[in-house]
Amino acid sequence: MTIPTDLDRRFRTAATTLGLVDVGYDVVESPLGDLFVAASDRGLASISFQAEPELQLERLARIAGPRVLRLPASVDLARRELDEYFSGRRQTFDVTLDLRALPPFTVDVLRELARVPYGETTTYGALAARVGRPTAARAVGTVMNRNRIPIVLPCHRVVGSTGDLTGYAGGLDIKRRLLRLEGALD
Amino acid sequence: MQSVAIPPFERFYEEHRSEVFRLLRRRLGAERAEDAYQETFLRALQAYRRLEHGEHLRAWILTIAKNVAVDTLRRAQPQEELGEQPADDGRPPYEELAPLTDGLPPKERAAVVLRYGYDLSYDQIATALGSSEDAARQAASTGVRRLRRRTAP
Repeated sequence: MTIPTDLDRRFRTAATTLGLVDVGYDVVESPLGDLFVAASDRGLASISFQAEPELQLERLARIAGPRVLRLPASVDLARRELDEYFSGRRQTFDVTLDLRALPPFTVDVLRELARVPYGETTTYGALAARVGRPTAARAVGTVMNRNRIPIVLPCHRVVGSTGDLTGYAGGLDIKRRLLRLEGALD
Repeated sequence: MQSVAIPPFERFYEEHRSEVFRLLRRRLGAERAEDAYQETFLRALQAYRRLEHGEHLRAWILTIAKNVAVDTLRRAQPQEELGEQPADDGRPPYEELAPLTDGLPPKERAAVVLRYGYDLSYDQIATALGSSEDAARQAASTGVRRLRRRTAP
């Protein structure tokens, strides 16, 4: 039996209002294709280029708790800022981030990463030096690869020491398109 | 053996919502099933983080739904009896009983009318009078004894 859409929506709204949801998510359209976006009451928790929720829900539950629910309103702020970013009207993100359960080194690296300006690039080694671990370029690479909140935490702005794009969890094509959007690549 | 992991709520919800809604519609009718549906899954959300494993989740949610249905019917009962069971001559029960119960102390009179006029249970009467169930039972029984004495030949 199909659940009336309105009833389903009312349940989801009530669940949020009563504070019974650990993390909400929705699929957000973007010029790069659909994005899976999730936010908790602490802030934006995840952005993924693999928009299929089936692949994401378990991962999300491990991060934030099992009460994972599709709640379009929970990612409205992130959706708006992403729209503005993709249309070239936004260069920095204001949305708060949920970085819970990450090791201190990872958090340090991500905080430094957040300071890399729009339209510029840096290298894994330079980022490692900025967190006081100049020899940890490879570890920084791992942090980039596992970045839960790409785009907003701009790991696409981190390239190899030779200027080579090296890698990107969303695929090199997406990395290239993001850098082009920002004018950092021809 | 490792226990079954608790699925993310969205997956659990999508898997069981149709069956829950069917059950509630069967027991409560289309209109009341909607509120009960919401209540069922809100109760499940409230308890979800305390679950220790993901086994028997279907039985679990159906039990919650049945409990919500029982609560819904219980809450609805007094109103329906008031609305749907007028005395044969169209007079409400309290009027029919008025000649008999006039003169009883107010609380006893109310308890007698609610018990014998409206057929409410003592816990419903207790709720209506803002007293305990024992006090409601006591008031009805004292009232009836007083009436017997009064109507005795």
